[in-house]
Amino acid sequence: MPDVPEPTVVAADYFESYSVVGLLAVVGVLFVAVAFGAGRLLRPVVPTPEKLMTYECGVDPVGEGWAHTQVRYYVYAFLYVIFAVDSIFLFPWATVFAAPGYGAATLVEMFIFLGFLAVGLLYAYKKGVLTWT
Amino acid sequence: MNDALDVALRLLVVFVVFLTFPLLVGQAEHKVMAHMQGRLGPMYAGGFHGWAQLVADGVKFAQKEDIVPAGADRRIFQLAPAVALLPYLMVLLVIPVGPGEGAVGEVVDAGIFFVLAVMGVSVLGSLMAGWASANKFSLLGGLRTAAQLLAYELPMLLTAASVAMAAGTVSLTGIVDAFEWWWLPWQIVGAIVFFVAGLAELQRPPFDMPVADSEIIFGAYTEYTGLRFALFLLAEYAGIVVLCGLTTVLFLGGWHGPWGADGLGWVWTLLKAAVLAFVVIWLRVTYPRLREDQLQKLAWTLLVPLSLAQIALTGIVKVVIA
Repeated sequence: MPDVPEPTVVAADYFESYSVVGLLAVVGVLFVAVAFGAGRLLRPVVPTPEKLMTYECGVDPVGEGWAHTQVRYYVYAFLYVIFAVDSIFLFPWATVFAAPGYGAATLVEMFIFLGFLAVGLLYAYKKGVLTWT
Repeated sequence: MNDALDVALRLLVVFVVFLTFPLLVGQAEHKVMAHMQGRLGPMYAGGFHGWAQLVADGVKFAQKEDIVPAGADRRIFQLAPAVALLPYLMVLLVIPVGPGEGAVGEVVDAGIFFVLAVMGVSVLGSLMAGWASANKFSLLGGLRTAAQLLAYELPMLLTAASVAMAAGTVSLTGIVDAFEWWWLPWQIVGAIVFFVAGLAELQRPPFDMPVADSEIIFGAYTEYTGLRFALFLLAEYAGIVVLCGLTTVLFLGGWHGPWGADGLGWVWTLLKAAVLAFVVIWLRVTYPRLREDQLQKLAWTLLVPLSLAQIALTGIVKVVIA
């Protein structure tokens, strides 16, 4: 690699663009606050016990809001965490993988990486977690 | 002082876009859906073809009583709409509509990364709403929303990574700058996967299982009234605007067009995004709702493998031409 002096990047400069993001967040919060505040002035407030009852499906609710249910999605949550954490590493790699000098080596690495993901997915599929009846 | 003015102007433009474009999409949905179903849609409000229908809706929403069920977790319940809505405002800031610094709210270097990360926050709003409502169906709806995000975020990430690989940068502006027309066939699978996954994240039909009215009333939003309910609706349409904008920028070449003068690039961006928004509406009218297991199956057994294949293809082509 030739000796090219890296341009100095000060962290403060890099994060400067995020200050506008922060400002926009403030604008957004103000918008919501003003909307809710103005809404309070505009709308009637006439609560009755019937109104404050949980609507649910229109019939008076039976029992509490916390019902027992089978949460089948937790397997997907596991799968997601594994896959997504892996995939995040693609982004920094994506910006340099085709740079001169890398070429074939990174390509092989990519296939190993994809292979891991594919095998993981195949395993989940074989285990039957991706289908339910 | 000029800098401050410049920033204020940008923020104002982004904010106005955030408030108006979703309404345009909503009105288009009213009319397009109606005509596809042999109806007229709203015709009275505002006079000309009911153009002011959504304004009237907004006025109505603002006047409605705000009810928080007695059993609900009050603070969380009240905050949820804001959490669902504001991420889309943040994303709009970084989507470029034209070349150069003038046509984007703010250039963020890690554009794709920022966008995907912030969009994911929005689902928390639905989850909070479902959890805090003290309603069994809302809770189910909230969980379905979360499961859907988990399933479809992955193909979205992978296809976005594929574009980043093609362009060699994660900056949105950089990606469109690097765009060539032959990326279209090269990245077509990724584009479709990204768009479909985005639809699913927004819970748009046919992926609207989390709000399936025949099963769980209106999912996480069942207990909401008035302004808060309106904010949830606004979030959905802002999401459409963001998704169409992102798909345009990542896969359709943003401001590049087959012809047209310099300086009119933003017209191309808006045109492409508008066509995509039309497709979003079209799909809603065309396809029936997918069942929950079909939803998950589609994501894990079709979209994820497809996006992995797209990454492989992108990698090979990129290294070969480099």
